[in-house]
Amino acid sequence: MTRELFLELFTGLLREMIRIRRFEEKCVELYSATKIRGFLHLCIGEEAVAVGVVGALTEDDAVVSTYREHGHALARGVPMPSIMAEMFGKATGCSGGRGGSMHLFDASRRFYGGNAIVAGGLPVAVGLALADHLTDDRAVTVCLFGDGAFAEGEFHECANLAALWDLPVLFCCENNRYAMGTALAREHAATDLAMRAAAYGMVAWTVDGMDVIAVREATDRALEYVRDSGKPCFLELRTYRFRAHSMYDPDRYRDKSEIETWKKSDPIPALEARLVSDGLMTPAEVERWRAAVEAEVEAEIAAAVEAADAAPLEPVEDLLRHVMTEATGDVVAPAGGRST
Amino acid sequence: MSRRSAMTVAKDAAVEAMTAPAVAPATVTTTFREALREAHREALARDPRVFLMGEDVGRYGGSFAVSLGLLEEFGEERIRDTPLSESAFTGAGIGAALRGLRPIVEIMTVNFSLLALDQIVNNAATLRHMSGGQLSVPMVIRMTTGAGRQLAAQHSHSLEGWYASIPGIRVIAPATLEDARGMLGPAVEDPDPVVLFEHGSLYNLSGTLPAEPVRVDIASAAVRRAGTDVTVIAYAGGLGKALAAADLLVAENISAEVIDLRVLRPLDDATIMGSVARTHRVIIVDEAWRTGSLAGEISARIVEQAFYELDAPIERVCAAEVPVPYAHHLEEAALPQAEGIAAAARRVVGVHG
Ligand SMILES: Cc1ncc(C[n+]2csc(CCOP(=O)(O)OP(=O)(O)O)c2C)c(N)n1
Ligand SMILES: [Mg+2]
Repeated sequence: MTRELFLELFTGLLREMIRIRRFEEKCVELYSATKIRGFLHLCIGEEAVAVGVVGALTEDDAVVSTYREHGHALARGVPMPSIMAEMFGKATGCSGGRGGSMHLFDASRRFYGGNAIVAGGLPVAVGLALADHLTDDRAVTVCLFGDGAFAEGEFHECANLAALWDLPVLFCCENNRYAMGTALAREHAATDLAMRAAAYGMVAWTVDGMDVIAVREATDRALEYVRDSGKPCFLELRTYRFRAHSMYDPDRYRDKSEIETWKKSDPIPALEARLVSDGLMTPAEVERWRAAVEAEVEAEIAAAVEAADAAPLEPVEDLLRHVMTEATGDVVAPAGGRST
Repeated sequence: MSRRSAMTVAKDAAVEAMTAPAVAPATVTTTFREALREAHREALARDPRVFLMGEDVGRYGGSFAVSLGLLEEFGEERIRDTPLSESAFTGAGIGAALRGLRPIVEIMTVNFSLLALDQIVNNAATLRHMSGGQLSVPMVIRMTTGAGRQLAAQHSHSLEGWYASIPGIRVIAPATLEDARGMLGPAVEDPDPVVLFEHGSLYNLSGTLPAEPVRVDIASAAVRRAGTDVTVIAYAGGLGKALAAADLLVAENISAEVIDLRVLRPLDDATIMGSVARTHRVIIVDEAWRTGSLAGEISARIVEQAFYELDAPIERVCAAEVPVPYAHHLEEAALPQAEGIAAAARRVVGVHG
């Protein structure tokens, strides 16, 4: 790649991480202001995974995510105003206000949701991939889930099924070392998750999930492998959440010093440093670039909040809509432009 | 003060908290959450066979903070954090119970309990019968239920009625501080599996309880408010709404009797039919979907057992038949509310307002 291409790729990744970080920081404020309600799970600290993995996909690929999915949705291109409006419970939200923070959906972008049952998205991802397999599609289904989900039977059933049937699934385990308050070594007897996934007969490896370039490179390789072979692949992305599990979590179970240590590998400053050390930008250029991006992002977020505030609520009379197919309005055929 | 009268004083904690009686001696100010915690502490202290296990019950302190502090008090062997493996640890509770221990298994919410439903239905509820009475599964399975906190469809459903249809388990649902404090003890002592539902909206309910341990039964329904014109049957999160509706109706000279089911299986038919015989009109409040609901089962029993007592059709105030939506106004509209219960009462007593 040329210098310009590197610069474009690196600044693109950095910009998206900053965008996600600022968006979620705004969510915290809006949660305190009770504009956003329910459960709110932030990926602050884990942005390199969202941006590195989801940013590597093509339009035809599919994403299945968890309740910690703001970053995944933003990186997938789900418009920020529709995500914000969803969290405000508004009719213009990406799920019509019925899902909230944990259930962002955008069928047109093959973003199959925020699932709040831990490991609940895995079988669905296998099914999406099965359909691609049966229709000779070269799309890959990416399923993101946590280290906690890895303990559920559903993960193990799905890993076996995908490997057994040669299904194009990219399993992306966001290992942030905790499942709520339970540390990795208290939930798993063997904590090398990639090694265990490999035992199902899948190509699997571990990636530094705090290094967005490493994540992007690994994802590119994995996608190429899945597309070419039609077989599943597993990435264990080692990362860390800087914030509590959710807004309800008093975070009593880990040392503050552990959080501080991990903050030293914050993916955002790490990539800024890389821009300089690779000779792509001078420190002064980074600073100017950063100021411009922060201003753009701030404006984008402000506009999303304003629009969400002004947006209408779904009429109460429509409460019972979208439970079953409607004569008009609801999707009757698979969405997302999949042709069979 | 005798224990009986002390319990009467504490009967309706929500109402009592508002009307704040002169400080009775030997009472403690508490919450539903703390009362549950105290009940665990008592069960753990009394019987070394008792242990608690579930996701984040230890270091995190319980996802709804019920078990906060118990790890420090009882140690990791008896307050066991589990991986996210609902089927495995619920089934492990069954195995430990077969071997004579008295496990309390906490599942974070009823929606997640579906991952353990196989173990509960196919093992816990059947082993005694399938083994011709050789085996006994003395365990308690606790879980949160209910909506009202904008947690959307995968965290808000009320599936306790499903559990109440299963022979082989007892299903209980405290709605008062007294029951939060008192129902766990007999549940732990019960030789059969007991499923205990905690409605998420109740944890912060506060009021006073007698300082000494509360003993209640896990067999009967309770009349929480006496009345003459209409019987309102509710449980768990619905009780407060039923009592609020009864308050609304006072101004219209409608006297509502409010029954707290407490035990969802087996149902206490006698208390229900006794009330129907007094009021001749019935409203059933159920936060679950109407179709196939516990409210439907109760209606059928009333029709079977007290048909000639009825002066009006039974009315059910249930959740709308929709996965519980996130948006506040939609969620409110989807759930039974006091005003809707009062409106149903007006209809059945023939007073249109
Ligand atoms: C089946 C199920 N069990 C329990 C929960 C409650 N819960 C929500 S998130 C979570 C921890 C999941 O940890 P992990 O998979 O590592 O994801 P992370 O939150 O760390 O991103 C738990 C226990 C749930 N939502 N679903
Ligand atoms: Mg985790």
